[in-house]
Amino acid sequence: MSAEVKEKEPLFSPKNLKLIKNPINLSNPITVQVLGICSALAVTAKLMPAIVLSISVLVVMAVSNVVVSLLRNGIPPRIRIIVQLVVIASMVILVDQVLKAFVYDVSKQLSVFVGLIITNCIIMGRLEAFAMSNKPWPAFLDGIGNALGYGIILIIVAFFRELLGSGTVLDMQVIPDVFYEFGYKNNGLMILPPMALITVGVIIWVQRYYTRDLIEKN
Amino acid sequence: MKALREFIDKQKPHFEKGGKLEKFYSAFDAIETLLYVPDKVTTAGAHIRDAIDMKRTMITVFISLIPALLFGMWNIGYHHFLSLGESPDHWTMFFYGFLKMLPIIVVTYGVGLGLEIVFAQIRSHEVNEGFFVSGLLIPMIVPPETPLWQIAIAVAFAVIFGKEVFGGSGMNIVNPALTARAFLFFAYPSDMSGERVWISEMADSFSGATPLGNALVGNFDNMPTQWDMFMGYMPGSIGETSTLMILVGALILLATGIANWRIMLSVFAGGYIMGLLFNLWGLNDYMNMDPLSHLLLGGFAFGAVFMATDPVTAAQTNKGMYIYGFLIGVIAILIRVFNPAYPEGVMLAILLMNVFAPLIDHYVIESNIKKRLKRMKIAIKN
Repeated sequence: MSAEVKEKEPLFSPKNLKLIKNPINLSNPITVQVLGICSALAVTAKLMPAIVLSISVLVVMAVSNVVVSLLRNGIPPRIRIIVQLVVIASMVILVDQVLKAFVYDVSKQLSVFVGLIITNCIIMGRLEAFAMSNKPWPAFLDGIGNALGYGIILIIVAFFRELLGSGTVLDMQVIPDVFYEFGYKNNGLMILPPMALITVGVIIWVQRYYTRDLIEKN
Repeated sequence: MKALREFIDKQKPHFEKGGKLEKFYSAFDAIETLLYVPDKVTTAGAHIRDAIDMKRTMITVFISLIPALLFGMWNIGYHHFLSLGESPDHWTMFFYGFLKMLPIIVVTYGVGLGLEIVFAQIRSHEVNEGFFVSGLLIPMIVPPETPLWQIAIAVAFAVIFGKEVFGGSGMNIVNPALTARAFLFFAYPSDMSGERVWISEMADSFSGATPLGNALVGNFDNMPTQWDMFMGYMPGSIGETSTLMILVGALILLATGIANWRIMLSVFAGGYIMGLLFNLWGLNDYMNMDPLSHLLLGGFAFGAVFMATDPVTAAQTNKGMYIYGFLIGVIAILIRVFNPAYPEGVMLAILLMNVFAPLIDHYVIESNIKKRLKRMKIAIKN
């Protein structure tokens, strides 16, 4: 393009690191942008499905971000959404097949929610907002960052819901039998989706308490 | 009394800005305003001063709850001894119930007021009076055998997520007492419904199902007479069985103008009309039940008098109140008759309408504006 020589940016320059760090806290897809809430409510009754879904989203997001970023100059703007969807959908089908092959039980528990990764607003949003106008490497980091931000919240919510709702963590009993003998009971409300919403609400509360930048000024 | 006033005045400087106990001002203020009408005066703007402030309002509701509370205590004892096949004198029954009830009330107030004070300190505002009434309502709408730790968790949940996250008393969307009840109902269903929970320390051979629980499974043989329903001689949540005592409370509330008669009336009307409609439909025994029995059974009267009329969560416009109350009555009976999972629908009906109350108000006001605009246009034309 122009005559000036571009300086080569190091792989993990501060700017690039920010792409990973920001979505974990300051622009977290769930607690700040409030995207992808539906799957966060649906799969977090137990920890295992939540972890598996987080990893699936991570893979889909990173790879499709890179693919779309590579194709970004060749995609006609009018049909870009369709192209993005095709990329995500093929990734999701791959992930779904891998899950079915290696962790059949969890894949059964997740049922449609693996397929619904296609409609996860976070992925579409990142493709549209970032991958379409950035190089593959930053796009890859951005995908990882956002998927981590999503996964961390999912795992925190699932941990508390499983602990309080079923008394287990990863299907291992952690609340000792002595408690139950004294009349302790698992909280049935934690298993129900409304409690996931309230748990996400509490996380937002705590996050805003420690990150004052997030509080709206009015 | 004068000595007390003087003592408080003497302590006051310590708690005010710059005093050594400044941090505890909200706690001090709570005690002072509880004992005396506050001496604060608004300094700017037009204002109306009324003799009745929020604490006086709360105390009135508190007093109106007392008859139902006392009867509830007696009723716990009555059913306990009935299930054992004994019949001691009324005082024994009352004291049995009193001792059952006391820990529940203490735990509710302890947890609730403790959290209120913590939040007041953190946000440096006054301790809200709001919990006074909620703290008595919660023990009255749970079964007598509810474990205390469950009540503690439910109260904490209700105070934090029902009230404080929205900004404290007066800002809540749903009724905090019912939030606690709903939490218990969904979190610990085995301790909240069924045949075992309504009578304390019941003999094993005895069936302790409430009339509504029986009606739901189609067992209409053990229905109490309407007189018994009215008087409240049936198992149920502690404070809600006696319609008579609730009506006494309702009279106190209406005479002092604390609760709104429009809401009470329309809740009862809604329930009665829905009962009548079901009678006309008449598919099964439950639908054929006398509509009057619907009003006397379960928590209907209690909900209509003490819960639906909560001025914070109810509709605010006159027309809105009629709609709000009527729909509570209708939905409560609808849930009772149709939903096999929930024997009692009053709690869910009131919570649902709490959420809809602002919407109802919005449309009542909008329609009023439209009507007046139309009137104005006609006036301009002529």
